[in-house]
Order: sequence, then structure tokens, then C-alpha cells
Amino acid sequence: MNAIELKNITKTYNKGKVLAVDDVSFSIAEGEMFGLIGPDGAGKSSIFRMLTTLLIPDKGTATVGGYDIVKDFKAIRGILGYMPGRFSLYQDLTVEENLSFFATVFETSIEENYNLIKDIYVQLEPFKDRRAGKLSGGMKQKLALCCALIHKPKVLFLDEPTTGVDVVSRKEFWEMLKRLKAQGITILVSTSYMDEATLCDRIGLILGGKLLSIASPEDTVKAYPEKLYAVKAPAMYKLLNDLRSHDCTMNCYTFGEYLHLSTECGEEEIREFLAESGHTDLEFKPVTPTVEDCFIRLLKVQSDGNGNKSK
Amino acid sequence: MKQLLSFVKKEFYQVFRDPKTLVMLFGLPVVQIVLFGFALTNELKNANIAVVDNAKDQASQQIINKIAGSEFFNIQKVLTSSSEIDAAFKEGKIKLAVVFPVNFYNDLMHTNKASIQVIADASDPNTATQLTNYINTIVSDYQSQLSPNSSVPYTIIPEVRMLYNPDLKGAPNFVPGVMAMVLLLVCVMMTSVSIVREKELGTMEILLVSPVKPLMVIVAKAIPYLILSWINLAAILLLSVYALDLPIKGSLFLLVAESTLLIITALSLGLYISTVTKSQQAAMFASMLGMMLPTMLLSGYMFPIENMPVVLQVLSNIVPAKWYYIIVKDVMLKGLGFSAIWKETLILMGMTAFFIVVALRNFKIRLE
Repeated sequence: MNAIELKNITKTYNKGKVLAVDDVSFSIAEGEMFGLIGPDGAGKSSIFRMLTTLLIPDKGTATVGGYDIVKDFKAIRGILGYMPGRFSLYQDLTVEENLSFFATVFETSIEENYNLIKDIYVQLEPFKDRRAGKLSGGMKQKLALCCALIHKPKVLFLDEPTTGVDVVSRKEFWEMLKRLKAQGITILVSTSYMDEATLCDRIGLILGGKLLSIASPEDTVKAYPEKLYAVKAPAMYKLLNDLRSHDCTMNCYTFGEYLHLSTECGEEEIREFLAESGHTDLEFKPVTPTVEDCFIRLLKVQSDGNGNKSK
Repeated sequence: MKQLLSFVKKEFYQVFRDPKTLVMLFGLPVVQIVLFGFALTNELKNANIAVVDNAKDQASQQIINKIAGSEFFNIQKVLTSSSEIDAAFKEGKIKLAVVFPVNFYNDLMHTNKASIQVIADASDPNTATQLTNYINTIVSDYQSQLSPNSSVPYTIIPEVRMLYNPDLKGAPNFVPGVMAMVLLLVCVMMTSVSIVREKELGTMEILLVSPVKPLMVIVAKAIPYLILSWINLAAILLLSVYALDLPIKGSLFLLVAESTLLIITALSLGLYISTVTKSQQAAMFASMLGMMLPTMLLSGYMFPIENMPVVLQVLSNIVPAKWYYIIVKDVMLKGLGFSAIWKETLILMGMTAFFIVVALRNFKIRLE
């Protein structure tokens, strides 16, 4: 049985004026870690809120743990753990007070499920008498995760858990998620950081409320149809403009210190073209696409499809 | 039960850690009692008056001495003829003039009847009425002194308020009003704001997603404010008894029970406001507008309802404070029992039931 299943879910706001989620269907197996990847406003949070029974979809059906999200919302509320995108704990309570409050709310105690949160809680322990509002961003998220885990949920919903968190804490956070997955908890996580996507079993790329692709990170990357090169030269801005003006170029954009170029032509042809344009000291190498490249490509395809073809 | 306890504990932590809430909760009632009790009193003291003594006899002198000796009046001018009174009023130096006719004492002794003329500046009607009442009291006081056994018709003071307020104190009028205002304001505003704050900060999202029943959230919100309101009530009563010398004439138990009823009315109204507002500011504004203004204007505590246009008189019936104000006056000042106030109690109960039903029906188990 699938832990989560969505069928043709559509959600609009303001009486149908704003389309947030557009006919989305996917399913997540038990024990899977599924990542929803997309920019802000793509509809991720709306999907989360529907699955956590906080919103009712306009169209379509969905189940969590086999329960219907509209009819059986009470049953679902007993088995899910939810960490909203915004920090949503009591800022004026201490770390320990927050945790024990949520433990009693879920009719359990900190001791009962301590093994589940132990790894995270040891890091929080030195600050246990500090008010939650005074914690650092990373610590806040760890506390929120603890609170979402305290009742040993079957399905865990994490809405952008690492937004606003430093790189080190982000890494730690994802390691914790891996350990939770190992305990058999199904995890649906959303993020706008593409580098985190590779850590999921499968990812769904979402944009403008539409699910554009679902696959494992490896397959997502493999499905990249064109050749991708990393290019670097002293005159970067000129390089970008020149490459964009070339007829073979599908897409060209800055990626770290390089430009990423996806093209239909061969390497030699491009090199010649660049030499003619007066670029010297050229670094030019083929690269394996990342999830981000795939996402940028999908963005491009979609905007071209909408008739804003730009070269 | 354990869930509820931990909820209530959390609520108390939050109240006691927020200095703004604390000031509001306990500063407001104390400040109001003290302000209304001592500073903003509408009792008149040392009002400037003029006296025209055409009699210059034993009786007129004694009355003038009494007037001069009272703390309410300050004899600014002793005029020689009535014609000067007009000028004195126009100058704005006096608020009231007392004129004794010729042969005042003689008339009084022989006909048992004498009149004095009391002229008041009625551009401020409230002050004028009050001052003439003071004069009436002094005169009738003198008359009963003069002949303890005779009953002269105008020794009876017409002002109803005086019956329960023989010392002409301002306190009896405003203490019930302040009680109503503080209890309503604190409960309505605190409950609505604290629930809306959970919505605003996103904690409501987590509570909704948890297995907690919505009713539990509501009850847990209400309990702390009920307890805090009792403390407030105790503070107000202690202040009014010991600082303002206003004794509780009726049953203390009845007073507390009726106040608890008002607190519950206010809590349910606050709950209702929290279900229809989205931000703390909106909740606070709605509480202020919904409670503060009607309570001040339409409860009868600042302005007598009888003097209002019919529309406002009808409208005043939906203000909970009006009924509570009647109850408190009856129990606290007149010392009446439950039989005198059962109707008002029933009305308050009805209002409470109405707000609870509407609020529960409005309470959303989802986000929209």
C-alpha cells in the first residue's frame, strides 16, 4: 500500500481566481523519502496543507496512510507529523516546555519516544532552558523536527525544513532525515535547495502548481536530453551574451563560477565560434547535469511553450 | 485531563512571560479604580457660590454657616441685592446662588413654611442638579435639626441616587461600571487575542493537525483567563472596600457568582471574535469597539439610559454590561438578593449560551 496517494488534486484560492495546484497526481511508497522541488509559490505548501488535512482540495482525492484526507481527517491527524514552512512553535516557551507540551498534546511523553529524537535532542539539550524564540535558525528547525516526531508519526511532512538554515546545519538536518527513514517513517519533504534533492529517493519537480516530472534524482538527471558543458573565460559577461546569440544554444546561464551551456551542436563548432568572437583562455568541458540543470531546463521549456521564446 | 492541564500550564507561562499582557491584565483595573476613585471623580468640591441674605436673621445665618462649612461649597461672594446675581453669573465666578427672603426665620417659625431661592448655572446641567441637591440636603438637614419631630414636606430629598449614596460619594456609581468594563475588556480581549495569536504564529496549524479536540483548545484558553479575572475581581472589590470605603451590602457569594457569569459571557464573546478575525490587531480592535464603547456608553454607567433616544435604549439591551451593571448595583450597593436580579441573570445566561453556540459553530477545524 502506498503511504501517500494523490489523484488529480486541484486547489484554487480566492474563489477560483488563483490556481495553486493544478491536477497533480503522484504516490509515495511506505518508507520512501520523497522530495517536492520547486521555487517559492510553486504550490508545495498547498499540497502539504491538503495532505495534512488543513485544506480541502477543489477537485481530486488523496489518501494518507490509506485514509481519505477529507473524510478521515481525524484518523490522519493521529498518524502524521507536520513541520510547517514557518517556525510554528511557542517562542515564549523554553525548548523543554515546547517539547513536553507537544508530547502531552499527542498523548505521549518525551521518555516514551526518546530513542526517536535522541540524536537531535542531544544537540538541543544544552539549550533546553532557552526560549524557543531565542534559538538560532538551525536549532529552531531541529526543535520543530523533535516536536513533529515526538509521537512517532507514520508519515512525516516537512515543508521547507531547511530554509534559512546554514549549510552545516542543513547537512546535519538531512542526515537526521536519513536516520528517520531508516526507521521506516515515510517522509515527504519540500525544498527550494536543488542540492538537497539528490538526497531523496524520488523527487517531483513542481512549477506553477503543475508537477513536471517525477523520478529518482539519478533518473531525473539521466533524462536530460541535450549535451551540457561548463564554460569559463576571462570575459564572462561577453561570453554569456555570445553563447546566447549562437543558433545551436538551447540555454545558457550562470552556474557557480562557470556558465552552463546546453547545445545541439558539437564541442568543436562552439570552440570555433568562441575563438572567432575573440575569447581566449577558454575553459570548456562537458559536465553531468545536476537536478538544478534539469529544473532550469524545465523552466525554460515551459516559458518557451508559453510563447516567450527568447534567444 | 493531562492534556488539558498541560494546555492550561502553557497558557499561564505565556501570560506571565509577556509583560504587555501582564500590564494590561493587572495594571488596567488598578489604574481605573484609582483614577475614577480619586482623580476623575465627578463629585464637586469647593464650588464657588454667592449668597444674598435679605433676612439676616438666626435661621439664615445658621444655614449660611452650614453651607460655608461644607466641603462642597466655597462662598465666593456675599451680595447685597438680587440684582447683582446676574452679573456674577455672567462673569462666570459662581456656579450657584442662594437667596434668603426677608423675614425668613419669622415665616419659618410662624407658618412652618419658608422658601429660599436657589439659582444654578444650568449651562452644565449635571453640575447644576448636583449642586442644588447638595443645597437641598443641607437645608433639610437644618430643618430636621430645628424640629426633629415635625415632618416638613420638602425635607424629603427627591434625588433617587441619594437614597443609596447619602454621603454624595462618586464611588458607588463607577465601581460597578469599572467592574463591568475591566472584566469584559480583559476577558474578551485576552481570549480573542491569544487565540488569534496562535493563528498568526502558525501554532494553530500544528494544534489542528494534532489529535487534540477543538473544544479542548477552547476550554484550555478560557480557564486561565477565568482564574485571572477572579483575581482581578478580588483586587477591584478589595480596593473599593478598603481604599474607597464602599462596603458590599449584599451577599459576596452572589456577587462573585454573577461576576463569574459575566466573565463566561465575555470569554465566549472573545472566542467568537477570535473565530472571525485573522490578526491580533483586528481582534484587539474588534474587542475594543465591541466591548469598550458599548460598555462605556450604553451600560448606563456613564450616561443614564432613560435619557437616551428610544433607538439607543433598545440597543442598550444587547449590551451585556447593562445587565451586569444593574445586578452589581442591586447586590453590592442596595444589598438585594437573587430574587431581585433573576431576570437580568437569565438574560446574561441567554447571551452566554448564544455566543458559545455561535463561536463553536464558527470554530474552524481547518485553515480556511
